[in-house]
Amino acid sequence: MKEEIRLMKGNEAIAHAAIRYGCDGYFGYPITPQSEVLETLEELMPWETTGMVVLQAESEVAAINMVYGGAATGKCVMTSSSSPGVSLKQEGISYIAAASLPALILNVMRGGPGLGTIQPSQADYFQATKGGGHGDYHLIVLAPSTVQEMVDFVGLGFDLMFKYTNPVMILADGIVGQMMEKVQLPEQRPRRTEEEIRKQCPWAADGRKDGRKRNVITSLELESSKMEVINHQLQARYREIEKNETRWEEIGVEDADYLIVAFGTIARISDKARELAAEEGIKVGIVRPITLWPFPTEAVNKAARGKKGVLVVELNAGQMIEDVRLAVHDNLPVEHFGRLGGIIPSPEEVVTALKEKIINK
Amino acid sequence: MKEEIIIAGFGGQGVLSMGKILAYSGLMDDKEVTWMPSYGPEQRGGTANVTVILSDSKISSPVLDRYDIVVALNQQSLDKFAPKVKPGGTLIFDTNGIHNRPTREDIKIYPIDAMEATLEIGNSKAYNMVVMGALLKAMQYKLPMENVIKGLKKSLPERHHKLIPLNEKAIEKGASLL
Repeated sequence: MKEEIRLMKGNEAIAHAAIRYGCDGYFGYPITPQSEVLETLEELMPWETTGMVVLQAESEVAAINMVYGGAATGKCVMTSSSSPGVSLKQEGISYIAAASLPALILNVMRGGPGLGTIQPSQADYFQATKGGGHGDYHLIVLAPSTVQEMVDFVGLGFDLMFKYTNPVMILADGIVGQMMEKVQLPEQRPRRTEEEIRKQCPWAADGRKDGRKRNVITSLELESSKMEVINHQLQARYREIEKNETRWEEIGVEDADYLIVAFGTIARISDKARELAAEEGIKVGIVRPITLWPFPTEAVNKAARGKKGVLVVELNAGQMIEDVRLAVHDNLPVEHFGRLGGIIPSPEEVVTALKEKIINK
Repeated sequence: MKEEIIIAGFGGQGVLSMGKILAYSGLMDDKEVTWMPSYGPEQRGGTANVTVILSDSKISSPVLDRYDIVVALNQQSLDKFAPKVKPGGTLIFDTNGIHNRPTREDIKIYPIDAMEATLEIGNSKAYNMVVMGALLKAMQYKLPMENVIKGLKKSLPERHHKLIPLNEKAIEKGASLL
């Protein structure tokens, strides 16, 4: 049976999607602009239907460590927060990455630094894609631009985190968390049975029920030669992910003279800017990275070829632009436009920036 | 069809829920829909606004700087958004507490006394649906009433469905103001 189309906020959609995709446990702590995730889960009471655990922890640090523990037993677990709360989770995220465990973390970004503002932002790009926590690790980072993608990326995130036993982050901005759009939810995916979990996660610390060898999950290895091996294994996995999982969307790139690179909802504001520019005879194409890590380096490189300039539009002071500059080898101008502290640029502002920084330069 | 609409006023006037009902009506009419609130520390007494886009095709930006229709329910909102109506577009405003009226001649302007009309109905909570009635008429019922009623039913919790006749009455009253 086809699911009916509903109107939902991005945050509500995340909660519905978590249940539908067979999540075993959500551990969170409220913070604007993503509190509706926890609220919606509490309202839907999935513990009475699918048996999913929903728990408001005493803090963000506790929540991420509950995720660490749940993931270690092979369960499908997740947490969500917004920028300041995600900073608190970074130690746990580094441990989960080091221990090669599956976990989904949602960050609905708000303006920082510090406690900042509750308005939308994309200023956690560096934190999400370059580390955040300590050590050489990567998260798979998915950037949704529609409420439907909020739903879809929960499913995709669960699949990827188990496929690579690696944490996945959905990096959303406050806009897509707070706005309502049409969504179609997936059919209910049943939660995995204990047997299915044992089969999918032979590494899980689930009680040695079948007399198997002891599974030890730790991020500690004091012998450097062994720690180097672990690091090489992680790096090999990251190369594999780069090869298989890089995702992006292109709009009107082929006939364009100029290129805009933007992610999340800002890519949609830029798409409107593209429409406005076209009315003035300016041809703009858009590349929207969907995975921020792995970054679609080759796609951006190809799309930029033959163009007169590239504008990177972000809700920050210039973060993704570093990856765009690495991708564009030619002698092309690559400029940045962004608003800070929770201000959302209008499509007109993006067109003006394109003219001032690239076209009339 | 594509209508880019902003509804702006005081928090507590029912701006966000009016936007929600409009969005649900669009959903019932098979339109693409976005509903983007100015979420923030706005509360009763502060300012609140919501951008609603209804379209036959995929919607790009949920955030806009120019609108086909602006509904302004206080002076601040009128000052801020009247200049942002597209030429040929529509501006609806509640005349209550307005001392500076808009002077643009390139747009359609509908001043309404929605507060007075609401008092005539006798339920102050129906204020936003009076405004909604004016908006729907200004849109020349591009959203058919039957789908608006369906939208109302969708967006109101079941326990409030008994209020639907009142809301319908308010919408009719609002439409009669234009």
